[in-house]
Amino acid sequence: MKALFTRPRSLTSNVMIYCPGCGHGLVHRLVAEVIDELGLRERTIGVAPVGCAVLAYNYWNFDVTEAAHGRPPAVATGIKRVLPDRLVFTYQGDGDLAAIGTAEIIHAAARGEKISVIFVNNAVYGMTRGQMAPTTPLGLKTTTTPSGRDPDLHGYPIRVCELLTSLEGVCYLERVAVDSVPGILKARQAIRKTFTYQLENRGFSLVELLCSCPTNWKMTPSQAMKWIGQEMVKWFPPGVYKDVDSTNQG
Amino acid sequence: MKSLLLNGCEAAAEAAIAAGCRFYAGYPITPQNRFPEYMSFRLPQSGGVFLQAESELAAINMVFGAAAAGARALTSSSSPGISLKQEGISYLAGCELPAVIINMNRAGPGLGDVTPSQSDYFQSTRGGGHGDYRTIVLAPWSVQEIYDFTYLAFDLADRYRNPVLILSDGMVAQLLEPVHPRNGMKKLPQKKWALTGCRGRKPNSIKSLFLTPGVLETHNWKLARKYERMEKREVRWESYLCEKMELLIVSFGICARIAREAMEQARREGLRVGLFRPITLWPFPYRQLKSCLEKVSKVLVVELNLGQMLDDVKIASGGHSRIFFYGRPGGGVPTPEEILKEIKKK
Ligand SMILES: Cc1ncc(C[n+]2csc(CCOP(=O)(O)OP(=O)(O)O)c2C)c(N)n1
Ligand code: SF4
Repeated sequence: MKALFTRPRSLTSNVMIYCPGCGHGLVHRLVAEVIDELGLRERTIGVAPVGCAVLAYNYWNFDVTEAAHGRPPAVATGIKRVLPDRLVFTYQGDGDLAAIGTAEIIHAAARGEKISVIFVNNAVYGMTRGQMAPTTPLGLKTTTTPSGRDPDLHGYPIRVCELLTSLEGVCYLERVAVDSVPGILKARQAIRKTFTYQLENRGFSLVELLCSCPTNWKMTPSQAMKWIGQEMVKWFPPGVYKDVDSTNQG
Repeated sequence: MKSLLLNGCEAAAEAAIAAGCRFYAGYPITPQNRFPEYMSFRLPQSGGVFLQAESELAAINMVFGAAAAGARALTSSSSPGISLKQEGISYLAGCELPAVIINMNRAGPGLGDVTPSQSDYFQSTRGGGHGDYRTIVLAPWSVQEIYDFTYLAFDLADRYRNPVLILSDGMVAQLLEPVHPRNGMKKLPQKKWALTGCRGRKPNSIKSLFLTPGVLETHNWKLARKYERMEKREVRWESYLCEKMELLIVSFGICARIAREAMEQARREGLRVGLFRPITLWPFPYRQLKSCLEKVSKVLVVELNLGQMLDDVKIASGGHSRIFFYGRPGGGVPTPEEILKEIKKK
């Protein structure tokens, strides 16, 4: 019998404890598939965030370290500089990357650290029960913006890809909406590209994935998927924001 | 080997390199700016990595990454920067990662000033960051000692898989003294737990999060037993002329060196004065100090702060009735004569 669909070698058999319809499980799998595809499992070191994905080392079947909240880019820098021939990536949520870890991500990018960043933007703080994140769209109700995000009180969302484009150390930035089968396939391609560019020593790269958090959005999984495509993309337009290989930058 | 004329920053940097340190990340702060400057050319010459981080937070987390990847890693700073490193030190301890952190203590609180101080004693010996953890703390009083202790610190860090702190000060950082360096490269220990890519083995993970009920407690008991081993094996101290005296000075680091001068002057004047110097501030030499304290009628604790090690001296003494304190909390450094005056007052 021919197996048509199996668990990637880079995923363990542990049951993921993410909520139904959560984007994290999907993205974990995409990362694992790409690492298998590139034959890199034994050369990979992942850096997990503080956030819902804090237990990523239980799910990935390669070397993974924890990092303090927001510090994965600094931790990954230390690892990559010591082991320059390994694939080193961080996996971070929007609170981790764009609030508490803003300095670390900007400076890792500015240094052109040869690491890959898988940035899961779900517009809220998932793990701590859905508070406002730096990526929360205006008007969205969260547990700390009960009347909706108001720019006078809470400021404006941060667009990470746009913010990083000006930095010379960055070789590739892409934002993908993970809301459909084409979106998932696109995300997979983007993850492949960030890893490939790293192996080619091109510099820092980041893939921003617009992902669902049905629990804190108070939606069903299918409503959440729709909300990504209908609402989130208005604030965070998908596209290639930088690609050293391309003249056609979105 | 020929001796070298180095300041405290340069000596610690050379010791680190001799000990096989191949990663340094730091952020400029007076009075230890020479440290990153020196490392920026010396470390690459030895095949190591120097990084000027965007903050002390980033620096300690870079060290965390380098340590996780199996390298001997170092960061240095001074008090305000060490405050920022506490998050990382707590994670290093929780994740059982070896690293060396050097603090050229300057006076606080807040921005304070850039003069020598010992005001970070509590922070260094009581954890500093969150959680129930301990770090070995070594307090050098000369440039030679900061060399020797830095060299030793890397071995201790690896032996216990724990961060090791050197609590020095702005004076040792800038003193220029001859140093006898160590020979050759060390054979570094194998680190099977390190993250190097899982070729030919099961994947490794490094973590301090244990959510299953009871698992964190088991982990913390394991850490506790490690701290007990350190307390048993790593206590270091020195005592000078402790026999048959009337007054015992207890002091550490650069302050002890000044106090020794005061002690010698006092003895020339016929006063029976001794000196006890803790070298490891944690584990503190409680037992060794206690046996000295039992023989004296008066104790003078001298520190460049408001009386922090004083607490440990009191714990060691178990209720000695005549413990006096002389301290300089604002970056002022006493002369031997000033300490002698205090001795005579008691
Ligand atoms: C220093 C520190 N501050 C706060 C927290 C609490 N905390 C844990 S996860 C988190 C936010 C996570 O949100 P995000 O990065 O968006 O990831 P998600 O859970 O949505 O995947 C916060 C604030 C912490 N662990 N450490
Ligand atoms: S809270 Fe949100 S981000 Fe966290 S696991 Fe649930 S759905 Fe996913």
